[in-house]
Amino acid sequence: MTVAKDAPALNFECETGNYHTFCPISCVAWLYQKIEDSFFLVVGTKTCGYFLQNAMGVMIFAEPRYAMAELEEGDISAKLNDYDELKRLCLQIKRDRNPSVIVWIGTCTTEIIKMDLEGIAPKLEAEIGIPIVVARANGLDYAFTQGEDTVLAAMAQRCPKPKDVKSEQKEDPNAIQKLLSFGRNSDNDKPQASEYKDHPPLVLFGSLPDPVATNLSLELKKQGVQVSGWLPSKRYTELPVIDEGYYVAGVNPFLSRTATNLMRRRKCKLIGAPFPIGPDGTRAWVEKICSVFGIEPQGLDEREAQIWESMEDYLQLIRGKSVFFMGDNLLEVSLARFLIRCGMTVPEIGIPYMDKRYQKAELNLLEQTCQDMGVSLPRIIEKPDNYNQVQRINELQPDLVITGMAHANPLEARGINTKWSVEFTFAQIHGFTNARDILELVTRPIRRNNNLKGLGWDKLVQEEAKV
Amino acid sequence: MKLAYWMYAGPAHIGTLRIASSFKRVHAIMHAPLGDDYFNVMRSMLEREQDFTPVTASIVDRKVLARGSQEKVVDNITRKDQEESPDLIVLTPTCTSSILQEDLQNFVDRAQLDSKGDVLLADVNHYRVNELQAADRTLQQIVRFYLEKARKKEQLPEGKTEKPSANIIGISTLGFHNQHDCTELKRLLTDLGIEINAVIPEGATVDQLQDLPKAWFNLVPYRELGLMAAKYLQEEFAMPYVDITPMGVVETARCIRKIQQVVNSQGGEVDYEGYIDHQTRHVSQAAWFSRSIDCQNLTGKKAVVFGDNTHAAAMTKILAREMGIHVVLAGTYCKYDADWFREQVSEYCDEVLISEDNGEVGDAIARIEPAAIFGTQMERHVGKRLNIPCGVIAAPIHIQDFPVGYRPFLGYEGTNQMADLVYNSFTLGMEDHLLEIFGGHDTKEVITKGISAESDLEWAKDALTTLQQVPGFVRGKVKRNTEKFARDRGITQITLEVFYAAKEAVGA
Ligand code: SF4
Ligand code: SF4
Repeated sequence: MTVAKDAPALNFECETGNYHTFCPISCVAWLYQKIEDSFFLVVGTKTCGYFLQNAMGVMIFAEPRYAMAELEEGDISAKLNDYDELKRLCLQIKRDRNPSVIVWIGTCTTEIIKMDLEGIAPKLEAEIGIPIVVARANGLDYAFTQGEDTVLAAMAQRCPKPKDVKSEQKEDPNAIQKLLSFGRNSDNDKPQASEYKDHPPLVLFGSLPDPVATNLSLELKKQGVQVSGWLPSKRYTELPVIDEGYYVAGVNPFLSRTATNLMRRRKCKLIGAPFPIGPDGTRAWVEKICSVFGIEPQGLDEREAQIWESMEDYLQLIRGKSVFFMGDNLLEVSLARFLIRCGMTVPEIGIPYMDKRYQKAELNLLEQTCQDMGVSLPRIIEKPDNYNQVQRINELQPDLVITGMAHANPLEARGINTKWSVEFTFAQIHGFTNARDILELVTRPIRRNNNLKGLGWDKLVQEEAKV
Repeated sequence: MKLAYWMYAGPAHIGTLRIASSFKRVHAIMHAPLGDDYFNVMRSMLEREQDFTPVTASIVDRKVLARGSQEKVVDNITRKDQEESPDLIVLTPTCTSSILQEDLQNFVDRAQLDSKGDVLLADVNHYRVNELQAADRTLQQIVRFYLEKARKKEQLPEGKTEKPSANIIGISTLGFHNQHDCTELKRLLTDLGIEINAVIPEGATVDQLQDLPKAWFNLVPYRELGLMAAKYLQEEFAMPYVDITPMGVVETARCIRKIQQVVNSQGGEVDYEGYIDHQTRHVSQAAWFSRSIDCQNLTGKKAVVFGDNTHAAAMTKILAREMGIHVVLAGTYCKYDADWFREQVSEYCDEVLISEDNGEVGDAIARIEPAAIFGTQMERHVGKRLNIPCGVIAAPIHIQDFPVGYRPFLGYEGTNQMADLVYNSFTLGMEDHLLEIFGGHDTKEVITKGISAESDLEWAKDALTTLQQVPGFVRGKVKRNTEKFARDRGITQITLEVFYAAKEAVGA
């Protein structure tokens, strides 16, 4: 990605306002499903538990693989011994569920009372014989999707080195089963090795639903690039092998700590690319990976063009329309970049946290896209103030606002089209194939309201919010 | 430390926020970390609320922790005072920020200096009480604050309204079927010739609070919310209160008779017996339902009831007294008020269970194997697992508790709703049973079989695995589309690549 040096630079502001987003411990909701042999234990208060239960709509019903270690007065006043308490709970989990790993999710409370989770875990893990991974996904330091970042950053430490795997396989009674299991097993891939070019090992990081991960791996396979593993893997026992000098690439913009840990602690080389969201982003991502491995990518032009063409019906609905991001899940820049390429304009990108280094390639692509499309650059507002944003939305009257759940109904009632940002967190949006699904979400309010138009129902509240 | 999978009642600050945001022109400032402000999501999503929830989080983050919160909290209060000029700003911590043990009263005092509206610290012990207790407490605190203020300014009203009148206390946002109950209660009181002096907190302004003592009595439909305020009003203003939940035919009549007594003791001359009789026999279908052959089939069937005090107690009585159903176990999660519950239900059931642990409740249900359950969303799920139908009668609230249509639990229309709920719960159980017998349930295996049996196409293992990961309700369609795609191109083996290519081509 080359960016013309004289182009107007992106403008970053930090409003440090009162904004709404989900607590990072919400990552439990998708990670426990992704890592099938895991158990997540959130060490916190009723407030944390009630959040998981309610706001996420993830009700902890039958056969849960996550739970709260609810801190009580005795824990907070340090009358009870943290080690003994956690041991009691983890033994119970071991007995009831026998997971391959227990992930402790720290919370604001464990931060405030300075509970030494990282100190306790190694001793307890040795005592009870189940690996314990500690992630401090609290709401004091992180927002929403960054919770996943804290977990993956911690898990990166647990990925085996090649030598661990070899010695293990001799003794491991489950080795046969591992061979049989579906997925990215290096042994499975051997017969097909000829389809791949020769390049150093590549590990991808970011939790995606299995079909999406497979899809991206296949996209790379078409270029002869072999993905030797994903962090996280489907099972904790199948974490990818990582060694010094391996290449790593992220699939999501909120994984900066994981990237840092992989580079600093595991001595991996990070491939900084735009994220594989939208056909433009996916193409750039594949291209960048290929370029690092000295591979000339084949057929990407046609591939991208074909996807754009297949989305034309949706593109017609949104071209020339504006979209305002209030900021919630840190996918904002990638989505904005894609939607600008679709022909939309973006006045403002709110975002809870902006890591300009990890997102550098994405930001460059955003600038480039704005230039190519001849639209002005969005304001990027870190930690926005929702109240001020609503004033700006009133002034700008954007065609669509992508927002957290708390503001959607009130904005709709004021005649503003909205889409929940959280849907983009959970929908399958990565890769060429899924680009259409992003537009399916983006255009839904527009299509819905086109249907309702003529009923004169677009404003359902009498007074406008006071300005 | 406690291993917890589920909570029946939320943390204290939720209760406080429910009260604050039920009032009009009241704003709450929540002193809490970023992720604690999900109350706004709950209110906006569950109630489909059209207005912005009047709750702002004054965010505690690493920096605030290091520097102290006072400036930020005070700034946020005064800022909100200017932006929206509410009558009252309520400050609440969450249990997380209350660990910091800051002098929040001091913050409030400082903010009050620069605010036009009133500023109040929710006086709740976040370590010791739950959502329900905190809501009850906060309502009492606000009522008291404004009555004392009026008394100081000598603005308290004199005397009572001319005609008998009542305050309905305890209707709040995010309450279980509260809105519909409120409509039904108003209708009931109007039928009885009683004026509505005020409904609090939902939709009330704090200015209205000084007029509360004008009413002849207070009606407190829910045991969990409003009793503290009613007791305060009784002590300070000698206002009687009626706290019989008018749920079910018998309890509704009892509630009305109590109202009659309270009204007549203050010089009224009312006789509601004719009304009760007419409603019971002709308006409410519930009494007739109880006598009908349908209900006869329910006689002696076993049921388990679990919920908050109000609804679990009322439901137990309805089932046992009005429908002849055998309530094996009645339980509540309102541990703090267990004695009342025991006293209410012990004569109508075999066992009483007081527990906040959903596991214990689930185990009891599994042991008893009732024909139907009446409980919360949690019991509904337990029921699903055990194949026992469950009618939902109590919070924790869920989007299904905010139906667009009219579904009160209280009053005479409520009795009809109850009859439907009971009847449907049991009969749906029957239907489910029949479906099971005739194999009408869709199962995952069916599609797998379908693929290998009736298809000329061969699915590669990885493609098949991926197909299985497609959500059930569209899987059939995805499968059909993929096979069509393959056939059109003369492909005989569906590999993962083919699968994805098909997805792209079909654009779905
Ligand atoms: S912000 Fe902190 S206290 Fe609140 S839910 Fe998240 S981790 Fe728990
Ligand atoms: S017991 Fe403590 S941590 Fe739990 S909800 Fe109450 S205040 Fe919060």
